[in-house]
Amino acid sequence: MSSTARELVPPEAREPEGAPVRRTKGGRVRRLSGRDKLVLSLMVGIPTLIELTLVWLPTLMSVGLSFTRWNGLDLGGIRPAGLDNYQYVTQDYPPFWPAVQHNLLWLLFLALVATPLGLLLAVLLDQNIRGSKIYQSIFFAPVMLSLALIGIIWQLFYQRDNGLLNFLLGTAGTPQAVDWFGDSSVNIWAAMIAATWRHAGYVMLLYLAGLKGVDPSLKEAAAIDGANGFQTFFRVVFPAMRPINIVIVVITIIESLRAFDVVYVINRGTNGLEMLSALVIQNLVGEGQVIGVGSALAVVLLVISLVPIVFYLSRTFGKEGKA
Amino acid sequence: MAAQFDASAVPYPSRRTILKTVGVGAAGLAGIPFLAACTGGSGPSATGSDSPGLTFGSGSSDDVPKRAYQAVTDAFTAKTGKKVTTNVVPHNDFQNKINSYLQGSPDDTFTWFAGYRMQYYAEKGLLAPIDDVWESIGGNYSEALKKASTGPDGKLYFVPNYNYPWGFFYRKSLWAERGYEVPETFDALKALATRMKADGIIPIGFADKDGWPAMGTFDYINMRLNGYQFHVDLCAHKESWDQQKVSAVFDTWAELLPFQDPAALGQTWQDAAKALEAKKTGMYLLGSFVTQQFTDPAVLADIGFFAFPEIAMEGRDAVEAPIDGLLLSKKGGENTAARDFMSFLGTAEAQDAYAAVDASNIATAKGTDTSKFSPLNKTCADTIADAKYISQFFDRDALPAMANNVMIPALQSFIKDGRMDVKNLETQAKTLYAAQ
Repeated sequence: MSSTARELVPPEAREPEGAPVRRTKGGRVRRLSGRDKLVLSLMVGIPTLIELTLVWLPTLMSVGLSFTRWNGLDLGGIRPAGLDNYQYVTQDYPPFWPAVQHNLLWLLFLALVATPLGLLLAVLLDQNIRGSKIYQSIFFAPVMLSLALIGIIWQLFYQRDNGLLNFLLGTAGTPQAVDWFGDSSVNIWAAMIAATWRHAGYVMLLYLAGLKGVDPSLKEAAAIDGANGFQTFFRVVFPAMRPINIVIVVITIIESLRAFDVVYVINRGTNGLEMLSALVIQNLVGEGQVIGVGSALAVVLLVISLVPIVFYLSRTFGKEGKA
Repeated sequence: MAAQFDASAVPYPSRRTILKTVGVGAAGLAGIPFLAACTGGSGPSATGSDSPGLTFGSGSSDDVPKRAYQAVTDAFTAKTGKKVTTNVVPHNDFQNKINSYLQGSPDDTFTWFAGYRMQYYAEKGLLAPIDDVWESIGGNYSEALKKASTGPDGKLYFVPNYNYPWGFFYRKSLWAERGYEVPETFDALKALATRMKADGIIPIGFADKDGWPAMGTFDYINMRLNGYQFHVDLCAHKESWDQQKVSAVFDTWAELLPFQDPAALGQTWQDAAKALEAKKTGMYLLGSFVTQQFTDPAVLADIGFFAFPEIAMEGRDAVEAPIDGLLLSKKGGENTAARDFMSFLGTAEAQDAYAAVDASNIATAKGTDTSKFSPLNKTCADTIADAKYISQFFDRDALPAMANNVMIPALQSFIKDGRMDVKNLETQAKTLYAAQ
């Protein structure tokens, strides 16, 4: 080893001169060099720092602010409020309970209609039918569309006087025309169908990937044992996609909790379309800002969201621990 | 021209906000010298006596008002040689970010509204009083406008540019054809509406998908029943919501509800304007900005206006006519050029320059050119000039949170079933006003 090459190696990592090779080799494998430590701590530290400042700090601050009254102007103006904001939200704020109900309804609808629809699409498109790629693109397109565009598309579809749906029903322009967005007894369903249109495409893509990952020999074995198509799918293929299934369950729950964009473009989450996420935005952003109440709503949403997240994490890491 | 946008969109935290947050973080990492460098350069404020120019923040981002303010700043520069740097921000963003805007580095002067929404920021010390400016322009304004420009401490803060009245708009040809007459009293209004309904017309156009237009009906019934001062006190929560006077407003409104367009919750004011144009509705209660929708000159010439009929109190003395104008930020208070600009806007000369581009509003200063007024404009202007009290619309006279978070859902549910829980309104009001 020449002296110049030796200079390149950091001092702590240098081999003691003249020491037997084997011993140092064993030592170097176990011990991290100073540069390794530096690189590792940077690689772990920077993301941790970003995570802390951009995720955990605001989260904890929101939790803290939910127990205060503050007008958002002067830091000195923060006053403790105890549980007042939570009491206000749950007892005095009329949109709150409808919002909780709508979020639950949204979850049921996504779980029972949208997700199975996505699975069905995935299974159909996995059959190597002609033009499969084109269908995939079509069904996935809604996931990529921007908020504004979604609003326009569904407006065209649902409009009372000249929308496509009322036109097909033959009621367009008549007093019987259904006001799909304005009538609070139907607009949640109209919104959920619009949400399904997006969610199904997303689920389809995930399941397509999952189906490609299933070992074809499993299907062959099932066929040899005399299982029909349904049995093969539900007894063999579907259980084999367990990791994907868990991801889908979590995604469905989280999507239903943060359901926001569709109701927001319709009427900003009022008049029958109340949603927790829309209420949080209503109370936290803009001139109508009430920081304490908005934070309390955000904390309620956070606590509910933690349930599926903890479930998912415990499944994922629990398994790794066992392995 | 802003009440129509007031209660509107609550956007996401924009990319700009997020970038700004990240930027602040980055600045923090880079250390103090960087920050010092940052603040050192900006701000024409420190110069004091003879500043060469000013910055002007404008939320009037629509094409016509934008060009109109451009005409005003050009006229100012031509007159004084002082340069105006205009920063136009989309109006929804401008309104939604006003808190951080005023606390960050606001422009010297900026567009805003009269009413509680101005007084609130004046009270928080974020605005500069302009009593000296009013000494020169005070003579140009009526007493009602001066009152509307005054802060809670009795100092003046606001320079009115234009306003626009709320009232009933109708198609004169339809009314002439059917022999309808302008109702002077609430009973006459109901009688007329009953007749229209029998004629197969929806009597009163109505749209509340966006939530705020219904506040106009509430304000008028409230002022006609309980008077202007009660409106102001209720909006500032000096009066309780849980009292007979407020219940009476909703009871009276419930009599009118069957005559208002039942499809209100699904349509925007633009839709309702179209229905009026198509003679599907008999009349429509909205601000005069509704005329922007009548692009056909023949239709526009056929539009009539009348003030909300009298009910119990003060006749028709109060008119709802939101005022838009300029405020001076605390920082801009040290810039004399900004004060000069405020004074300039308070003159007929500047307001004529504005109105030459944007004619849909009524200039507020005395002596402005009225020769180009259409008969409709003239009726609107007379209505305001004759008024003893000018209210600013609920979402400008009340706490924004009360207007946006409480009244919008409450009024929408009232439109559905005609019932209102005033006790709950009071409970919510108590919490929200206490948080300020």
